[in-house]
Amino acid sequence: MSDAEAALDVRHVSHSYGPRRALDDVSFTVPQGSFTALLGPNGAGKSTLYSLITRLFNVREGSISVLGHDLNRDPGEALRRLGIVFQARTLDLDLSIRQNLVYHAALHGIPRAEAKQRIGEILKGSDLIDRLGDKARNLSGGQLRRIEIVRAFMHRPRLILLDEPTVGLDIRSRADIVAEVRRLVKEEGVSVLWATHLIDEIDESDRVVVLHHGKVLAEGLVPEIVARESAGSIREAFSRLTGLAGRPVELEMAS
Amino acid sequence: MTTASLDPRVDPPRAAERRGFPLFAYWICLKGVVWREWLRFLHQRERFVSALVRPLMWLFIFAAGFRQVLGVSIIAPYQTYILYEVYIVPGLAGMVLLFNGMQSSLSMVYDRETGTMKTLLVSPLPRWFLLVSKLCAGVAVGVLQVYVFLGIAWFWDVKPDWPGYLYALPAIVLTGLMLGSLGMLLSSLINQLENFAGVMNFVIFPMYFASSALYPLWRVQEGSPLLYDICLANPFTHGVELIRFALYEQLNLTALLVVLGCTIVFLGGAILAYDPARGVISRKRQS
Repeated sequence: MSDAEAALDVRHVSHSYGPRRALDDVSFTVPQGSFTALLGPNGAGKSTLYSLITRLFNVREGSISVLGHDLNRDPGEALRRLGIVFQARTLDLDLSIRQNLVYHAALHGIPRAEAKQRIGEILKGSDLIDRLGDKARNLSGGQLRRIEIVRAFMHRPRLILLDEPTVGLDIRSRADIVAEVRRLVKEEGVSVLWATHLIDEIDESDRVVVLHHGKVLAEGLVPEIVARESAGSIREAFSRLTGLAGRPVELEMAS
Repeated sequence: MTTASLDPRVDPPRAAERRGFPLFAYWICLKGVVWREWLRFLHQRERFVSALVRPLMWLFIFAAGFRQVLGVSIIAPYQTYILYEVYIVPGLAGMVLLFNGMQSSLSMVYDRETGTMKTLLVSPLPRWFLLVSKLCAGVAVGVLQVYVFLGIAWFWDVKPDWPGYLYALPAIVLTGLMLGSLGMLLSSLINQLENFAGVMNFVIFPMYFASSALYPLWRVQEGSPLLYDICLANPFTHGVELIRFALYEQLNLTALLVVLGCTIVFLGGAILAYDPARGVISRKRQS
């Protein structure tokens, strides 16, 4: 594996549900150590793409590799380098937070003692450390999401995928989560692919992949895309690319 | 929180850089899946109670009403005349496993709907192994239920010899695996939880009633040769007979072969169904 190897390399990937094409010749990369936002309105194909990257669906057209490990040829090696936060909540509400995290570690072959040590390591200084014994159902939506993020980091992945992690949360929780992920990314040195339809979650220094109707319309750093579209902001560039200007409901441009 | 700021390009190799998984990792994973199923089971006390009440109702009420139904015949593996409640106990043990197997598959459909199934399936360990772990977890819970039931039946004067309880263990485990893998296969075909009622009507009840669980096959044959053939073709019949013979320290080879064969077929089908490359799961739209 060379140093320049992309954390995620998606090449000419297409996927259909019957006659409907959800992804059409999608190609982009997430360089190592980068924070890449996958920006697209609802229905753009983001969740389908995530299902393919996490191997819930099979890649039939094109190829996906994680740090050089092809998902079809070497799924175990690709998946062990991947941490994922799904859009839907996936914690077991009847189990405690600690039990949920230890269970996740076990799925990666990590023994209980090592898992507990890792939990302490990630949550050191966090208010959530006092809630480890609580049942998941007693936590707020924002706290559950933060635990899911911690869970994604448990097995020390190199690439983290987050599928609209702030959906359904209030502004404060959203800000907390964005900050938490950016901090963990910095401290753990991982690469991130953050799917969102909320432009205000994107920083000037981020890379952006614009996905619309299953196609990649633009890829690059925010200033590059803005310049390419001769726009004043990434919001304006996005509107020009997708033609969604004046249709704020679809994009939910939060201010 | 860790304090070192890490540059991924200059990091020392991390745990995730290792290739392959040692056997130890498989063991940890299996243990973790069984442990979670166990915790879920403990949290659902009503599931445990209803799993026990169901066969006990049959034993205490139904069997009492049909006490003399077996008449004066002696049937293998029994050495002497038996009362109906003695006959029905292995069938009820099978029923516990049948309901448990279907309950596990119900929990898989539920897990798929709530998304917790995804956390299992994105584990880097091979998918067949994850499914087998899930199956073993369900069977472990089922076996415990059966032994608690057999314990209560002992006080109801259904008392096989002690070694019978030991001999029955592999038979109970194997039957549990067969029914669990059937449930798993069905769960891959069911889109929504609501459809599970159909499984009750079209799988559990026909399997249970068209078997040797409630009445000996020679009786069925007297009444309806067609039903007799259906009972013989029903894998559940063979699971029940395997347990019945084992409880009385005998091996029913035909039953063993049928149960083994069905387990392989059902489990193979479930693994194929959950394989993203070939299975039906990927063809279904998921959120």
